[in-house]
Amino acid sequence: MPKLSIRGGVHPDEHKLTNEITITRVPTPERLYLPLKQHIGAPAAPDKVIHEIIHKGQIIARAQGSVSANIHAPCSGYVEQITDWAAPHPSGLPTRTMVLVNDGRELRDDVSTPVNPLFLRPEVIAERVSQAGIVGLGGATFPSAVKLTLGQSRNTPVLIINGCECEPYLTCDDRLMQERTQAVMDGIQLLAQALYGPDTIIAIERNKPEAIRLMEIACKDFGNIRVMAVPTRYPMGSEKQLIEYITGRQVPAGKLSADIGVTLHNISTAYAISNAVRHGKPLTHRIVTVAGDAVKRPGNYEVPIGMLISDLLAFCGLKEEPQRILMGGPMMGQALPHAEIPITKGCNGVLAMSRAEVKNSTEHPCIRCASCVDACPIGLSPLTMAAMLKKDKLDQAVDIGLKDCILCGSCSFACPSAIPLVHYFNYGKGELLIRGQQQQKDDEIKRLIQGRQVRMAQQEKEKEEMIAKRMQAIAKRKAAEKAAAEQNSEKEIA
Amino acid sequence: MIRPPSSPHIAGRSSVPLVMLLVLLSLLPGTMLGIYQFGWPALFLFLITIGSAVLFEAICLKIAGKPVRLYCMDFSALLTGWLLAMTLPPWAPWWIGVLGSFCAIVIGKQIFGGIGQNPFNPAMLARTVLLVSFPLEMTSWIAPRPFGTADAPDAAAGWSITANGIPDLDAVTSASSLGHLRTELGRGELLPDILSSTYDPLASAIGTINGSLGETSAILFLLGGLFLLYKRIISWHIPVAILTTVAAMASIFSLHDPDHYAGPLFHLLNGGLMLGAFYIATDPVTSPVSNLGKIIFGIGAGLLLFIIRTWGSYPEGMAFSVLLMNAATPLIDHYIKPRIYGHPGSRIGQFFRKLKKEG
Ligand code: SF4
Ligand code: SF4
Repeated sequence: MPKLSIRGGVHPDEHKLTNEITITRVPTPERLYLPLKQHIGAPAAPDKVIHEIIHKGQIIARAQGSVSANIHAPCSGYVEQITDWAAPHPSGLPTRTMVLVNDGRELRDDVSTPVNPLFLRPEVIAERVSQAGIVGLGGATFPSAVKLTLGQSRNTPVLIINGCECEPYLTCDDRLMQERTQAVMDGIQLLAQALYGPDTIIAIERNKPEAIRLMEIACKDFGNIRVMAVPTRYPMGSEKQLIEYITGRQVPAGKLSADIGVTLHNISTAYAISNAVRHGKPLTHRIVTVAGDAVKRPGNYEVPIGMLISDLLAFCGLKEEPQRILMGGPMMGQALPHAEIPITKGCNGVLAMSRAEVKNSTEHPCIRCASCVDACPIGLSPLTMAAMLKKDKLDQAVDIGLKDCILCGSCSFACPSAIPLVHYFNYGKGELLIRGQQQQKDDEIKRLIQGRQVRMAQQEKEKEEMIAKRMQAIAKRKAAEKAAAEQNSEKEIA
Repeated sequence: MIRPPSSPHIAGRSSVPLVMLLVLLSLLPGTMLGIYQFGWPALFLFLITIGSAVLFEAICLKIAGKPVRLYCMDFSALLTGWLLAMTLPPWAPWWIGVLGSFCAIVIGKQIFGGIGQNPFNPAMLARTVLLVSFPLEMTSWIAPRPFGTADAPDAAAGWSITANGIPDLDAVTSASSLGHLRTELGRGELLPDILSSTYDPLASAIGTINGSLGETSAILFLLGGLFLLYKRIISWHIPVAILTTVAAMASIFSLHDPDHYAGPLFHLLNGGLMLGAFYIATDPVTSPVSNLGKIIFGIGAGLLLFIIRTWGSYPEGMAFSVLLMNAATPLIDHYIKPRIYGHPGSRIGQFFRKLKKEG
């Protein structure tokens, strides 16, 4: 039973000006910078050494552990170096990155592709998705194969394909559905196949009528796949909110969506899965919306992963020096310290915002107007949490729900006093993370110390036992000697 | 290293000055009607009150070392002064206005740390202080005498009233409708007799009756409040809760004993109820943040108002009831919170959700 609406949310200006511009392919630049960690989980480990020749689509770094993802070469050429390079993170701190030199020859190994992947066993589909290094392309970057396996083991009866794209400016999913409808549909079928044919719902916000129309036509012949037009409201495309809207159920705190029988994948993930499973092409390119007032030719671009944002912006042209460069949408995207940062798997947009576009208001004191409370889709009290974090009362903030905050930004957006609420929550969550790591470290140290104490005690005991044994032995020997001596003397007497 | 700014990178159009300006705008029609009715003295008092409010705010900000321009430009002091002026008798002397502004801005607001920090509604706090300290000046109501009518004072005479007080107090003052009702009931008169002689619902609605500026035109303040609702500056919860509570209480008692209790319409149209419900109780700083909390706040204020009006020793109780509920706000906010996604929520919430599911 669908709900009538989600709680809270806001209506930012859409700015979806690029939704009628055809996806353009961007030529591969001379160098690509591929961070080893572009996903949630353990970083991949390099599978090639420096100066090793690579072909397009080859694995260059392998997944490590159960939650991780392979990384493939988007070009042919060779590995120039493996170094530390600025990662797409607000801190701009460097992470391990493989630098590839493009030789422009587009050499590719032959791949074997199944005749009809829809006849593949679900486990095999998941395996191929895993091989292709596909992660949640909506921005979550959780390895898709892990999600599929989880869905298989829990046997989730509902599959939701997220085509909401509720962030302003971004139109890459919209364009994908309009231009490559068949491929997207194929990916959705493969996903459904991999999950033993669940009830499949493609959720698209009502502000994309063309995409809705085309997708509806495409899934006409499938009994278990249907399109659901959902209200245009930020953050409709957030996993938790969408699940509640469609199924009427909330994912309990600390649980996964699979626990209530739902698997959720993004539209662009479905597209990548079709590419991977049907055509044997791993994830090496993705569609990125380039927009913002400072861009000369905004639009949707098919970009090789690892391309520097500066290269991409040079390709699209800049009207003016951007005031702020964002990776992702304007509500949740990250401001980048500079443009020498590569496009990663989870990057759905690059926004070069002009001075006029960026919010630029002075902060006023909180007037307790409760706009933030009304806007929060989770039902938190952002004003109270921020006040606590201001005073560094982290525990109290956690008590009233800091951990549940999804950092969607609705509260900051709605605040008339222009209080950077999300800034406080980012800070609070960062502190929690540090604290968690510290806790782990402390636990580890404690474990080691305890282990040592136990060992010492053990040794002590062993030593004592040994001494006792030796004493006994000595005593025995002495007794024996004594006895022998006595015997001797007895003999002598005798 | 410069830390890049946090998301979100765009913001809604709402801002504190804008909110305040819209509130002021919606107050304008009712205020103008009031000033028109009570002539020059009302205008002078109004200007003095809001002027001194802004002045006190600027002085306090200066002393506290805050940016005066930035904070004064949020119009909050102007609004506080304005609301205070709406609750004063229109012909009150100038020092009532100045003292009131002092109480509101300095004692009611800045001492607590300025905008957003005050536990009590500053305008209501000031009005209460004035009412208790200067009962005579604060209850000298005059009948309306609009500009241009024969007994309206001209500008000079009006100024002298504001500057030196009303010359012949007993000759011009008359009780407000609520006060009149109270005295007559006290004399043992029956309600229908009292009302038939003095009370005209239409005049109360439009506002051609005596009282403070804010107690006259129920209709204009209702319209202003609806405008604010439409603009989403206030939510419906508090006004609706107050008005329905008062109306329900009045209906129950007047049906039960029509000789001693006035009906709902009388309560809704007279006194400062409309102004209070839409403009004063909805003050965001001093009211709860959650919707359910707001409803509880409104019901509480409505009940208190009815009790004070009916059985208390003052004829009007808007200020008292709002202040009392202000005091309860932190408590309400502590216990009534929205349910957090994915958590079971409070017992009460669980109970209601179960009801909803079954019903
Ligand atoms: S929206 Fe801003 S001003 Fe309003 S209560 Fe929340 S934090 Fe305070
Ligand atoms: S950022 Fe957090 S607190 Fe703010 S609206 Fe989103 S979920 Fe609520």
